[in-house]
Amino acid sequence: MNQIKFDEHECLHELKHFLPAQSPLKDFIHHNTLHAFQDEKFHEALAKATQIFGYKTYLSLDEYRQAYHQGRISQKALQNAMQLRDAEGKNIHLNTLVHQDFDANVHPRIGRLRSVWKDIYHMNMDKYTHPTIFRLLSNYLDQGISVHHFPVLKEGFIASLRQIEKNSYISMFKSERAKLLFERSDLDISYLLSLLVGDPKLYFNYLFDQQFAHPGWSGMVAVLEDQIDSLYDKRSIQLKEIIQLELLLELDALDSKFGHEWAPLNTRLPFGFDDLFKPVIRTKLSEVLAIWQEAYEWSYYETVLAGIKNNITRKQTESNGFKAFFCIDDRECSFRRHLETLDSSIDTYGTPGFFNVEFFFQPQDGKFHTKVCPAPVQPKYLIKETSIQSGVVKDPHMSKHTHSLISGFVISQTLGFWSALKLFFNIFKPGVSPATSYSFRHMDKLGQLSIEFDPSNPNQDGLQIGFTHKEMADRVEGLLKSTGIIQLNNTLVYAVGHGASSVNNTHYAGYDCGACSGRPGSVNARVISYMANHPAVRQILQQRGLHIADDVQFIGALHDTTRDEIEFYDIDKLSEAQSKEHQKHAELFKQALDNNAKERSRRFILTNTKNNATKVHERVKLRSVSLFEPRPELNHATNTLCIIGRRQLTKDLFLDRRAFLNSYDYRLDEDGRYLLGILNAAAPVCGGINLEYYFSRTDNYKLGAGTKLPHNVMGLIGVANGTDGDLRTGLPWQMVEVHEPMRLLCVVEQIPEKLLEILSRQSNTEAWFKKEWIHLVALNPINQKFYQYRDGAFIEYGTKGETPYLKDLMRYVESQSDNIEVSLIN
Amino acid sequence: MEQLLNIFIILPGLGLLLSLLIKNEREDLLSRVAFYTAGLSFISILSFSIYGFSHGFTPVNLKEVVLYSSKEYEFVIDFYFDKITATYLFTGAFLTFLITIYSRYYLHRENGYKRFFNTILFFFLGFNLTVLSGNFETLFIGWEILGISSFLLIAFYRDRYMPVRNAVKVFSVYRIGDVGILLAMWASHHLWHENITFSKLYNAELVHEHLSGHTWVGVFISLMILIAAAVKSAQLPFSSWLPRAMEGPTSSSAIFYGSLSVHFGVFLLLRTMPFWEQQTSVRILIGTLGVLTAIVATLIARVQSSMKSQIAYASISQIGIIFLEISLGLDNLALVHFVGNAGLRTYQLLVSPSAVSYLIREQFYHFEPRHWEMEDSFPRKLEYTLYWLSVKEFYLDVMVNKLIFDPLKVIGKKLGFLSLKNVFYYIIPLYAVGVIAMYNEASIPEYIHQKIPIVLSFIGLTFVLKSFTERKSPGFAWLLIVLNHLFVALAISFNEHFSFSEVAWYLSGVMVCGGLGYFILNTLKKQEPAYFDLNTYYGHVYEYPLLAVVFLLACLGLAGFPITPTFIGEDLIFSHIHENQFLLAFFNSLAYIMGGISIIRLYARVFLGPHIKTYHETPYKSS
Repeated sequence: MNQIKFDEHECLHELKHFLPAQSPLKDFIHHNTLHAFQDEKFHEALAKATQIFGYKTYLSLDEYRQAYHQGRISQKALQNAMQLRDAEGKNIHLNTLVHQDFDANVHPRIGRLRSVWKDIYHMNMDKYTHPTIFRLLSNYLDQGISVHHFPVLKEGFIASLRQIEKNSYISMFKSERAKLLFERSDLDISYLLSLLVGDPKLYFNYLFDQQFAHPGWSGMVAVLEDQIDSLYDKRSIQLKEIIQLELLLELDALDSKFGHEWAPLNTRLPFGFDDLFKPVIRTKLSEVLAIWQEAYEWSYYETVLAGIKNNITRKQTESNGFKAFFCIDDRECSFRRHLETLDSSIDTYGTPGFFNVEFFFQPQDGKFHTKVCPAPVQPKYLIKETSIQSGVVKDPHMSKHTHSLISGFVISQTLGFWSALKLFFNIFKPGVSPATSYSFRHMDKLGQLSIEFDPSNPNQDGLQIGFTHKEMADRVEGLLKSTGIIQLNNTLVYAVGHGASSVNNTHYAGYDCGACSGRPGSVNARVISYMANHPAVRQILQQRGLHIADDVQFIGALHDTTRDEIEFYDIDKLSEAQSKEHQKHAELFKQALDNNAKERSRRFILTNTKNNATKVHERVKLRSVSLFEPRPELNHATNTLCIIGRRQLTKDLFLDRRAFLNSYDYRLDEDGRYLLGILNAAAPVCGGINLEYYFSRTDNYKLGAGTKLPHNVMGLIGVANGTDGDLRTGLPWQMVEVHEPMRLLCVVEQIPEKLLEILSRQSNTEAWFKKEWIHLVALNPINQKFYQYRDGAFIEYGTKGETPYLKDLMRYVESQSDNIEVSLIN
Repeated sequence: MEQLLNIFIILPGLGLLLSLLIKNEREDLLSRVAFYTAGLSFISILSFSIYGFSHGFTPVNLKEVVLYSSKEYEFVIDFYFDKITATYLFTGAFLTFLITIYSRYYLHRENGYKRFFNTILFFFLGFNLTVLSGNFETLFIGWEILGISSFLLIAFYRDRYMPVRNAVKVFSVYRIGDVGILLAMWASHHLWHENITFSKLYNAELVHEHLSGHTWVGVFISLMILIAAAVKSAQLPFSSWLPRAMEGPTSSSAIFYGSLSVHFGVFLLLRTMPFWEQQTSVRILIGTLGVLTAIVATLIARVQSSMKSQIAYASISQIGIIFLEISLGLDNLALVHFVGNAGLRTYQLLVSPSAVSYLIREQFYHFEPRHWEMEDSFPRKLEYTLYWLSVKEFYLDVMVNKLIFDPLKVIGKKLGFLSLKNVFYYIIPLYAVGVIAMYNEASIPEYIHQKIPIVLSFIGLTFVLKSFTERKSPGFAWLLIVLNHLFVALAISFNEHFSFSEVAWYLSGVMVCGGLGYFILNTLKKQEPAYFDLNTYYGHVYEYPLLAVVFLLACLGLAGFPITPTFIGEDLIFSHIHENQFLLAFFNSLAYIMGGISIIRLYARVFLGPHIKTYHETPYKSS
């Protein structure tokens, strides 16, 4: 990369690679914040990210040491971690780990070159350029806040700006040169850089410095350049354009401050300059932190593996109750447990919450369709809703009329008094309002869905409307077989999707189902149930060796994870007997949800957990609609496990809502096809969630969004602090403060050799484990031993730990607000 | 019943004191104190209003405490209660009450939970004091509290660059308004020959009698009041501070800048209405300013693509209309409009994060692609020009800087030759000469004697300006402010015979706080020699929280904040400036104002902002 000649194309490409890749808020999807470093091994990548970009990638040394002294980091795990480093020839003593002082100050490479403006030219460049750039970008990309819109042209950002400049009595620029360049030249980046920086060797660093002074906006532009569809009101924009504008504004600032009496940056460099990406030499501190992190993680993993081992040796109960599918989401982990605790004959299954049906959804009166399946999937199907009820609800406070002169006058003298009262009521008696983002509003439960393919009306917008019977059968088969089912008799089967409800929550999309692209999973649950209930589909399935008896009925449902409410779909189609059964089940669901709410409330300090479950549940519901509640729920906080295997491994094992649970039966997966599919989805989805939480927690300022309390909504696409701030990416502090930054431990019930072979089929997925961004452990079902994956091989991992038995969980949670250790229950 | 008016000061004062004593970890207790303070205030104002209505509403004036008294001068804390007071107290207590409950949950586990409630209560105290004030002196105390609490709330996230920079900026603009109040006070001393109470202003004959023959004084006072009102209510040309103030937690932005703080200009105008009511030119001016602001702010609001700045400008434009209403004599309408606007904007700000899901949903169901050609009926050129002007907020910020702060900076920078050394060698001997001369006043020729106070106070002012632009030594910048006070004292001693006790009133606070502050700066300098100047923000509060708090108190004292006798001394000094010594009054008030800004700048640069050390997470400058 140490080129003499400046390669603009390569530089832009690299910039896009390293800038935060976060979509607009409505499509908020979790991903690994340091995705750009993922081609390196975890600890090397983290050291590099720190030295180049100044990110804090571990907890502080003090935090690890404190955990060690409290016994949360075990001797065994620490010894293991040290030995592993020893094996790499990096010998670090215990004394160093526990006692030595380190200078932890970070002096990143980024920003150094451009700091010359301030240090030598005494010029606060960003003060001149940032407000204008942020404002223009925000106005240009705005999706519906401003009343007077930016005059947008199809040709793009710069073209639109030129249009304004050309047709205005006032110029955007102060100096003649910038004005002329903007009007007449093609704004060649190299040329502008030659004026500002002078030496082509420095261009690459300079542009990185410049764009990383506002990574939020630059990242947003980089994302929109490639995903134009993530805005309903589309905008054409390129990263290149904002660089051109920023360079020009810098030139303008210099010209207007110094006239022509300034020379480019390279003439006044006080020190020599290295390439930004020159190889990084790891510091001793980074080695020490890496050891601590490993020890920190394995201290916990050990208790999990011991827990599984001790659990599978316990007696298993017969299962003859109803069956229910849930999303693999860690928030469903406790819901399933409570159901099973109430009735141990129930079987629950975990599978990605789009239930293996991928499509776009268009609700009644909707002008667009939204994707309701994992983000990387490109569905070819469309499901349309027809309903007499429209999904729109209105709130006059959000009306733009309040911002204009005359109607503002009238409104403030009338509605204004009402506002104060409304505020009063929301504080003392919160309820669902139009401002609430409410999961049950995603779909009208009484509406009709176009699930059946109709040859007379086959397509819309290049998508096929509905599914054919064969296509339906494929999806049902995939769902059932991948979770270990080949036969269903005399039972009700629930497909429970999930969504979330909150108010005053800009990151609401991150609370919904990740497997449905940040939307509630209600439509998917209804669609898969319809398919599985279809006689024609069942016939096809029978031919494929999948038997679904006639007395089996699938029921779609949606679980609201914030409010712990459930809604069932199409229950009018049940037979009388089924309906009776369902009534009983619904009661059970309700009880389980009360208990679930009570368990969750242990982390909500201001809610009294000691009350009975129904009462606590009411409080929990109020949280979701309270304007003042920055934590309607804790979402994926504390997630750290992904267990792929039969429910027997984890049934009656208390995992404290920290696990993604994907049902899988190795016995039904001879060729490994299903496991590969599961891993291909689980690694990026669960790994992405886990790492986003990890990094947002270790550096909430640079990799997270900071506290959400001062956030200000910009153009409906992002949030910034105050009025003139850069967009904030990552997760707000309130979402991650209780999170312990640990990588995901993926436990797979499969023969290690076979797992190795399956992994080798897909190098992208394998890399997650090989590069250590996710830990992998195989549980060999033959000998019930654990095997740890390291550097492409499995090594036996022995665990002898005891697992405590928790007698009365519901009582115990009343007194615990921190993480509870892995325990046996029931 | 009237005698109980002071409950509105005692309650928040007590609440504030209590909240200062509670530990940061005791969230529950802290929020409860705020809850009861605001709640009880609300109940009190409710009972007061009911009592007032049932007994026929007569305004009440209450002479509360005499803080200082001499032959020709009296400093009185005076309260006044009428429908304006009642409306403001009611709205203030109601919204503060709601916000304290709101924030109890909203700020849960936030760093600075205690600081937040301290500041809210401090603000509430300032609010009530201002609203209840019966004379300019009392009003000014409340006014100063509002300024400082605003600074503290904007800079609530003190480890980030933008909030700290904006806090200093807003504080600076506020100080322009303070000049207005100071000069209005000075001129009215001379107009009335006493510290006039607002209740006397309602005596139309008295006002008329004093104003006749002093028309220019009347206009001058009204103008100064208008400047102060325009600053606080973000009217032209000061509007751009309001959106910049929205840096704290949303709940505090909602109550401060959405509702209460920003309507103080309105309050000031309403309160002084009987004084300027008869001056047609002033009324035209107020109305015109209001209309212009309403139009410009609406234009700006229309192009905002961020929720908070949109609400801010929409609110400003409504306040512009309120100014118009006041100028037309529609004071009741103005009060109704104030309450409505305050409620609406508070609520809008509080629900602003919901806009994403709400408006995206609306867009999902109602989106119509736009066609640009048909968009307007204006000629395109005018439209784009206006668009650009609105995006740039009509360059208001640039204008205020160019008109007010830049010239002062230029003077300050010209004083580059001043250094600790030559201050020591030249200024101190000069001062000594001055003191000796003062004791031998009789031997100084009259025409020289006249000029001496002006020269001395100008020297004092240059020190302040130098301090304001100093980039290297915080200690030196600090000393310059102390020196200014000494020169001011000397200047006034030449002006009039000024008893030793009066000088003592004035300098006691300055000396104690000056010494304390210098000691703290020195301590810090020894600890952090590498990170100690005024070139950038150092964020030392991260490692030295205690020093930071004590230093803040020293700053307040040195800035003449009403926590030391210096505050009364300041007023005393002004009473010794003659009616025809406009220049002296101007220099003095400018030095007072700029001194305050310089001190806050110093505090911010040394103690606030992103921490210079990076062994922990630090934010981006742009965040």
